[in-house]
Order: sequence, then C-alpha cells, then structure tokens
Amino acid sequence: MAGPFNWISQVASVSLFNVRTVHKRLGSSLTAVLGIAGVVAVMVAVLSIAQGILRAMESSSAPENVIVLRSGATAEMMSGLGGDDVRFISEAPGIARNEDGAIASAELFVIIDVKKQSTGTDANVPLRGVTRAAPSVHQEFSIVEGRMFEWGLNELVVGVGASREFRGLKVGDSIEVANEQWPVVGLFESGGGVSEAEIWVDAAVLQTAYRRGNSYQSVYAKLESPDGFQAFKDALTADPRLNVRPMREEDYYAEQSELLYNVVTGLGKLIAVIMGIGAIFGALNTMYTAVAARAREIATLRALGFHSGPVVISVLLESLMLAFAGGVVGAGLAWLAFDGFTAATLNFASFSQITFAFYVSVPLLIQGVVLAMVIGFFGGLFPAIRAARLPIATALREQ
Amino acid sequence: MKYLALILSNLKRHKLRTALTMLSILVAFLLFGYLAAIRTAFTAGIDVADLDRLIVRHKVSLIQLLPASYEARMEQIEGVDSAVGQTWFGGYYQEQRNQFAQMPVKPDEFLDMFPEYVLSDDEKEAWLSTRTGAIAGRQIAERFGWQVGDKVPITASIWTKADGSQVWDFDLVGIYDAGEKGTDDTQFFFRYDYFDESRPDWGKGLVGWYTVRIDDPERSAEVSAAIDAEFANSQAETKAEPEGAFLQGFANQIGDIGFIMTSIVGMVFFTILLVAGNTMAYAVRERTNELAVLKAVGFTDSGVLGLVLGESFLLTAIGGGIGLTLAWLMVSAGDPTNGFLVTFFIPGRDMVYGVILIAVMAFVAGILPAMQAQRLRIADALRR
Repeated sequence: MAGPFNWISQVASVSLFNVRTVHKRLGSSLTAVLGIAGVVAVMVAVLSIAQGILRAMESSSAPENVIVLRSGATAEMMSGLGGDDVRFISEAPGIARNEDGAIASAELFVIIDVKKQSTGTDANVPLRGVTRAAPSVHQEFSIVEGRMFEWGLNELVVGVGASREFRGLKVGDSIEVANEQWPVVGLFESGGGVSEAEIWVDAAVLQTAYRRGNSYQSVYAKLESPDGFQAFKDALTADPRLNVRPMREEDYYAEQSELLYNVVTGLGKLIAVIMGIGAIFGALNTMYTAVAARAREIATLRALGFHSGPVVISVLLESLMLAFAGGVVGAGLAWLAFDGFTAATLNFASFSQITFAFYVSVPLLIQGVVLAMVIGFFGGLFPAIRAARLPIATALREQ
Repeated sequence: MKYLALILSNLKRHKLRTALTMLSILVAFLLFGYLAAIRTAFTAGIDVADLDRLIVRHKVSLIQLLPASYEARMEQIEGVDSAVGQTWFGGYYQEQRNQFAQMPVKPDEFLDMFPEYVLSDDEKEAWLSTRTGAIAGRQIAERFGWQVGDKVPITASIWTKADGSQVWDFDLVGIYDAGEKGTDDTQFFFRYDYFDESRPDWGKGLVGWYTVRIDDPERSAEVSAAIDAEFANSQAETKAEPEGAFLQGFANQIGDIGFIMTSIVGMVFFTILLVAGNTMAYAVRERTNELAVLKAVGFTDSGVLGLVLGESFLLTAIGGGIGLTLAWLMVSAGDPTNGFLVTFFIPGRDMVYGVILIAVMAFVAGILPAMQAQRLRIADALRR
C-alpha cells in the first residue's frame, strides 16, 4: 500500500528512538565525538597554516603587476641587474606611468639576522632597498605608525608582520647594518602580503652600505593592463641588451610558495589520514557497543515487522550524527583557537622569513566536517550491517 | 605470570572490541613514531652535531661572504685546531625544481673536518687529482641516477662563471656514505680551487662560512669569543657559535617544530586515552559478577586490581608495540615529501619515550576501572 511512506516512517521512528536514548550511552558516544573532534581540529589547524601562507602570497600580487629577475634566477636573492638593465626595463612597452614617470621600482634584496620573538634565535629577515615608485607598485602599501623614511637617509620602515614576529623592530628601535645603527621610523602594512615581513630602506642607501655600486636585483612594475604582459615579456626577451626573466607577480609568488605549501599540506593530510583511521576504530567500537546494547530492542522491532533497511539506516544515522557533532566541535575549536593566529616561518625558496596568519577558510571547515562524516560512515557501516543480520530469536532470548 | 592465561582469556572475550581498541592504540603510537621522524628531519643534524666544531659566519647574515684569508687567521688563534670554508652554490641539476645543496670545499681539509662523510681511499685519491672532480651523497646520487665517472652539469643560479656561462661541468669522482644516522647524504661537494678560478672577479677570494675544529669542547664559548674579537671592527665581522647551536637556530627559523609536534601528539593521545579508558571501564562493568566470584574464591583486592591493570597493560603493549614497529617500517620506507626532508629516521631516544608512553597510557587508562574492581564488595556485586 503506502510502501515508501511506511519505510520512511520506520526509519524515522527507529532513528528517533536511537537519538532519544543516546544519553544512556553517553560515555562511549562522547568518546567517539571527542575522538573525531580531535582529528578534525588537528587537520584544520595544520591545513590553515598552508592556507595562511597561500593567502599571504596571493595578497602580495596584483594581476597587472610584473617582476623582472636576471635570467636563471629563481629568487630575488640570486638575481642581479645592472643600472642600465633597470633603465631598459623601465622603458619597456606597457608599463603604466604617473606624474613621476614609469611605475617601476628597482629593488635590492638582502637578508639580515634579527632575533625571533618566540625563540630568541637569529632569523633571516628580508631587508629590501626600494626606489620611489615602490609604494605605488606594491599592493596596498600604507604607513600605519610613524612616518615613511626620508630618501637618502639610512632610515628604515618595517612591515607590521616583521615588527610583531622579530625583536627590536618597533618605531624608535634601531638595527645594525654595515657597522652602523639604522633607526626604525615607521611601520607599514601591505594588505597582508609578504612584504609585511620585510624591512624597507632607500635602495641608494643600501647600495652604498653593501658596496653594490649601481646594481639592483629585481624590478617590480605595474602594467597598464594585465593583458599587456605578453607584449611586455616579448619586448624584454627580444632585447639583445638584456638577459632577463619577466614574470607575472602571481606566477612568481605561486612559484615561491609552492614548496612550502606542498610540504605543509602533504604532512597535514598524512597526519589527518592516520588520525582518521584511528578515529574510525574508535567510532566502530562505539557503534558496536551501541548495537549490542540495543540487540533486544532491535530484535523486537524486527519481530514487529520492521524491515532491516530502516534498522541499518538508523544505526548509520546515529553514527553520522555523532560524527557531525564531532566535526563541528573540532572545526569550531580549530577556528576559535587558530584563525588569525600569526606566525613566521622560513620560506625555503627565498631563504628568508615570511609572516602570515593561520587562515581557517570556509572550504577548510567544510573539509573538516566531511572528514568527520567519512569517519562516521565507516564507523557506523559494519555495526549497522550486524544489527540488520541479528537473528531475531537469539537476540530476543538474551537477557 | 601465572595469571597471564586469565588476562588473555579476558581479552579474548570480546575479540572485536579488544581488536578495535588495540587498533586505535596502534594508530596513536604509529603517529607518535612518525612525528618523531618528522621532527628529527626538521631539526636535521642537531643530534649529530660535533661538540668540538664551531660555525663561523658573517655577523649580519649567512648570505654575506667572508674573506678566504680568515681561514689562516683563525688557525692562529689559541684553541683552534683547523678551519674549513664552505660556500652556498645554489645551483640545480637539469631542471629548476631539482635543487639541492652544492658547496665548494678544499677536499683534504674538508674530509678531515667531517669524518662522517665516508669516502673510499680510491675515490679520495681521484678527487684530489681531478680539478673538476666532485663528490655526491648516496641519496642524491640515487635520486638522479648518477654513477662514479659521470659528467654532472650543474646550472648556477648565483655563481655564473666569469665567462658568463651558467653551466658548470663536474666529474663525479666519488659517492660518499653517511657515517652515522642523521648525516646528510643529499649534498654535493666540489673543489674550491676550480670554483675560485672560474667565478667572476667580484666573488673571488670569498667564502660563505667556516667550520672550525677546536681543541677542547669545554672552551667553545671562549674560543668563539676570541674568533669574533679577532675580526671585530673589520669590514666583515663574524659570529661564531657551536655547530649544534647554529643548527638549532636554523631549525628555529622554520618555527617551533617541537612544540607543534608535541601538541599534535598530545591531542592524539588524549583521544586514544578516552577510547582505551572507556573500553576498560566497560570490561570491568560487564564482569562485575565474575570479579566478585574471583574474590569469593580467594583473590585478594589487590590481586583483582592487578588483574585489571594487567589487562590494560597487555592491551596497550600489544597495540603500542605493533604501532611503533609499523612506524619504524614506514619511516624506513622513505620520507613522504620526496627528498625534501634530508634525513628521515626515528631516533633511538624517541623509541624509548614511546615505550615509556605505552606504560603511562596503560596505567592511566586502567587505574580507575581497576580501583573500581578492587573496591568491589562480594555480597553487593553478586546480588546484582
């Protein structure tokens, strides 16, 4: 008669019965929930590191921005460009211009040892020499404390990330460069990008201090439009006077973060998988116990004419429900504890520190809950099958 | 021991539950071992750092170079035995993603300084007599399929040759083995004289950093200070520190790896403890009657306590033991990042910690139910 409806109402009534009696199995149910919450929390936390690094890299680039390095160089530190090279690059077609001329900044990139706030040991902090166009080229550059350095003076401005993660980089402090004390006169932000981990100074001052003559390591430039890249690149690579590697900023930063991102993500997923398997065993234990404790009730229902389908589904539903609770708790905990948590690490590609904030993104939260549901599904499947196969007569006879 | 059979039969009573609990414990210890290997990899070399070696680098940063003349000047300093310079070459093999460590060194001095790089006498002889000769670690040679006698072109990203070319050709004259666990065998060393002749003028006569052997490890702070004083107020001031401190500082650049790993392991153990404790509690609750019978036939209270604790110990020991063994096997099979982690093994010390943890966990999981069993009053329990 009302076949499907009857079936659904059976599922509903058995499931409701299970849910109402969860408190009788509080100990083992809580164990499963907490176990799954732990797995999800660890996975979300570790992957939020990778997401944070990725976000810092992404917010460093704009689609119309380009960077030019010497051909063969994989990072700024390895690159070298002469004063003439810089001039030819700045004259290339497609570069946007404002009242000061081409929006192209020739830069020097070195690292200096500054003590890390957390460990007190030396860290490779980037010291960047910039030219006047730098604030217009780099994303969302703005001074948030103190003032910009004076051009021609050995004054420094420090990214907010560097100021937070390393010692002695507050406004009013000074650091030793080339046997001299250089004062920090301001802090800057750059939309959460990697330059927030850097210290900036006038490139001309840095050239003198490091005896670099009129040489630079990179040119950052803004194009009139993102579509202009191919023409820009062709012009530079065709120029016989130049031996350079022009890249879109997006591609450059993706390349810079690739290794770090892959290592963190790979290890995070590996740990999550191993922990997840452990949690499946825990969930199986819980659900087998739940089924065993309810053997008589299930047998009674079957004897009353309930199908085995609704019984299977009800056990699976209970497991999934516990897992869902665990997933939400775990993801929530990770979000509360880690989202926005700031840290610094060594980027192997640039051999220098980058600062970033852990980023618990929505897709990451969803991934966490999905992982929980997978654990719940496998943890409930076999006990559910056992429940369905329970021989009615023997189960009823059990005490 | 005579109760072992009894404990075993108790464990066998709910085979599935016992197996599942054991498997959760197994996973916890598998992870423990694995994370220990990862932590060791990130702090590579610290455990094998030589106490009588110092690292001397430019005070401002590691990337700034020091004059090659410092070697002779340091060797004059009281307490210094010898000094060997190395320089980061930063090239790659064939493709940009094939990056690994290459350093120019003076072969004879270098091999004396680092006895942990094991090279046969023939290979050493060949290196000393071949100007373009280079040696590679076993692991990196296997990664790229190099054999002794191969020509190995390395593309420079920092050190273009004086003639403007980027490719340096080397003759692979030897493959060195790691003398002890934790020695990095992914490096590539070639001769300093070839390097210095072929590099452009701006770099000639400069090296990246020095390794200094001192006579007495007790005096490392004093000798470090003497070295730094020797070059104070010069164009290139130095920072000298023990090799272990240098490597620890470098590992700290990545982050507080130890703290992160301990947090994860702590989280894992906490949840597994819940699972194991819960199982033991069930086992006791179910068996209230039997435990009372045991007491009635003459088992003492502490005997029953021991029985339940013994069950917890056996369960954890089997699960944990298999877990640690599996971790060891998995780690021996290779690192998960394909060559990014230069050394990948579980140090003996961490294995010992693992065994201690097994005991702790077994005790914590079993003690409450065991005490419950101990306090059981025969009459009450039998009436239930």
